Amino acid sequence: MTTFLGIPSVGAPVRSSPGVGHLQGSESFPTAARRALGDSQLRSNIGRATTTIRGKRARVVGEVPDWEELREAGRTLKASTMARLPELLGQLEEQVTAAGGTVHWARDAAEANAIVTRLVQATGADEVVKVKSMATQEIGLNEALEAAGISAWETDLAELIVQLGHDLPSHILVPAIHRNRSEIREIFRREMPGLGTELPPDLTDEPRELAMTARRHLRRTFLRAQVAISGANFAVAETGTLSVVESEGNGRMCLTLPRTLITVMGIEKVVPTWQDLEVFLQLLPRSSTGERMNPYTSMWTGVTPGDGPQEVHLVLLDNGRTAVLADEVGREALHCIRCSACLNVCPVYERTGGHAYGSVYPGPIGAVLSPQLTGMTGDAVNDSLPYASSLCGACYDVCPVKIDIPSILVELRAQHVEAAAASGRLPTPEAALMKAAAVSMTSPFRWRLAQRASRLGRLLARGRDGQRRIRSLPPPLSGWTGTRDLPEPPAETFRESWAREGRS
Amino acid sequence: MRIALFVTCLADTLYPSVARATVTVLERLGHEVVFPPGQTCCGQMHVNTGYQADALPVVRHHVEVFEPYDAVVAPSGSCVGSVRHQHARVARRAGDEALARRAEAGAARTYELSELLVDVLGVEDVGASFPHRVTYHPTCHSLRMLRVDDKPLRLLRNVRGLELVELPSAESCCGFGGTFALKNADTSTAMLADKMRHVVGTGAEICTAGDSSCLMHIGGGLSRLRSGVRTLHLAEILAATDDPGAEVAGQTVPVGVVR
Ligand code: SF4
Repeated sequence: MTTFLGIPSVGAPVRSSPGVGHLQGSESFPTAARRALGDSQLRSNIGRATTTIRGKRARVVGEVPDWEELREAGRTLKASTMARLPELLGQLEEQVTAAGGTVHWARDAAEANAIVTRLVQATGADEVVKVKSMATQEIGLNEALEAAGISAWETDLAELIVQLGHDLPSHILVPAIHRNRSEIREIFRREMPGLGTELPPDLTDEPRELAMTARRHLRRTFLRAQVAISGANFAVAETGTLSVVESEGNGRMCLTLPRTLITVMGIEKVVPTWQDLEVFLQLLPRSSTGERMNPYTSMWTGVTPGDGPQEVHLVLLDNGRTAVLADEVGREALHCIRCSACLNVCPVYERTGGHAYGSVYPGPIGAVLSPQLTGMTGDAVNDSLPYASSLCGACYDVCPVKIDIPSILVELRAQHVEAAAASGRLPTPEAALMKAAAVSMTSPFRWRLAQRASRLGRLLARGRDGQRRIRSLPPPLSGWTGTRDLPEPPAETFRESWAREGRS
Repeated sequence: MRIALFVTCLADTLYPSVARATVTVLERLGHEVVFPPGQTCCGQMHVNTGYQADALPVVRHHVEVFEPYDAVVAPSGSCVGSVRHQHARVARRAGDEALARRAEAGAARTYELSELLVDVLGVEDVGASFPHRVTYHPTCHSLRMLRVDDKPLRLLRNVRGLELVELPSAESCCGFGGTFALKNADTSTAMLADKMRHVVGTGAEICTAGDSSCLMHIGGGLSRLRSGVRTLHLAEILAATDDPGAEVAGQTVPVGVVR
């Protein structure tokens, strides 16, 4: 398959540069998770929120008799789109241009940020309003604009809470899922007056009151702003139509009021035809918010004279995607429609929250997408993500486009080990143990010897007869015995007793 | 029917009573059980930890050992899941299409215990008796890889005297995940804590499942907390009868539980 995307490229496709944007944190997953697990407020906020949304999703998905067929349609559409991505992107560029828009290609985060900054500067504006967008979070656009003296105002309520809290998003749909309403009230109280929004002295933490406060705060910004920046959920190649799917209507404000609209979109978001939206617009709302139909589905095709933005730009972002596309197993991660269902059912995400993943893409999809976009570099940060799963498979079951996340995790673990071997970082003690185990497991004789050796564990067992347990082991097995006992190895293995009885 | 026992490395080494119970149940139903002595392990630990090159000879060994048998049973959803969903993939990834084909053929004849009993042998009442309060944890791989669905529950409902209590949030993972329990010990423990809270909350004496690995995890936590709740493999419960002469379900059942 060709992965040339119309961007002049030299040699292998580029990965996302680690220094720009938010695809990698500074700590390994186990380290970051340990801290998150100790935060009882976070645990309770996320546990509560994911349980609620999981239930909602299950109910509305259960109503659809042909849900499995829809999922299969979604999967097939994505797979066939990826197989002809270069052609479809070319078509999209043509159509957007023909409709009066301008298309820009960005190889990585730095290029995308530079393009957007230049476009905003050209309008003379010193502020922009933003529609909730994962792509612009991924590239760290707000920080880049800030550095150029341009204020970027998030207008999605949860994204606004994150921004005012000087925080990072922890969920792809509900970025402030780690906050509860009283924390939100405190953030509003602390930050909004300084931005010119007066708060009633008796502001409570009632969701409606908080929402109305945010509404007053945002209205002034909408009416003032000359430039809006959005992401896109879909881009229809045959017509050049871009689409944003949201629940609040704040996105619609941004997409219609300002004079200039700049959209930053990952190249994998393209779909071939208008009709393909039929499938995705059924799959997405039920999977993400647990709603039957999405409240605000905005679509725009280039410029409509006299109506809406009169200057329309589309920045097509690679930032490692072409490299992902080149991987036969891993490329399925590009099918993601960012519904967040896999986060909500993930038993790991439910306990650690999103920040532990270090990337704007947390949870199961983040564990396969982030390390592929940045590449696994041997620095133990994103390299730890493919291991941040018990492989329970709940993510695969709910994914509306049937991404086999467990299989991608297993593949990335293999690639990680192979990369370590290739760069001389093996043998680690783990690799040596694995090698030894494999050697014993290919010969019944050596296997019996290994089993006999494991019987040494009997020496470590403590307790009364019949209840003897191993309660402490040296590292790395101390990871187990820190919180769990092990049974005492029996005096006889099954095969020994079977042989003793002379059975075959 | 002649059935080959794929004992699994864990049951062979640490839980021989589970393997023994599997044999007991099948023989009681009139089937012949054989134990291919060359068997070792399915290689899942290698695959899931990223050591596919090391897994390949283990997979080949497994395929060869079980090739001569028409039906293979394992008391583990996870190991059967590996045979069915990983072996051919490992072979293909290494470019060994011939091995992949053989692995697929072998996988089609390999069953998890409840699958073999209900789907192949058509039995839901295995003639067991176990007068205790029991809750059942559906392990992730039996649930989502094999889709055993309610087969284990159907078997348990037919056990004389057994009081089955529903486990809340039964379908959430116990946090085992093989080397996940070591590499991400804190997260694994947090998952285990919730699982144990639910198990203890049912008031059951015993938590059962179709996988010794997950039971080792849940049981290891319950034992550390001195919770008083024990774990037993599904096979051990299905092997229990009230016939005093019958073979008891092995050493993990304290004296007096099975009369
Ligand atoms: S991987 Fe699937 S379930 Fe997860 S966010 Fe993407 S589309 Fe949704």
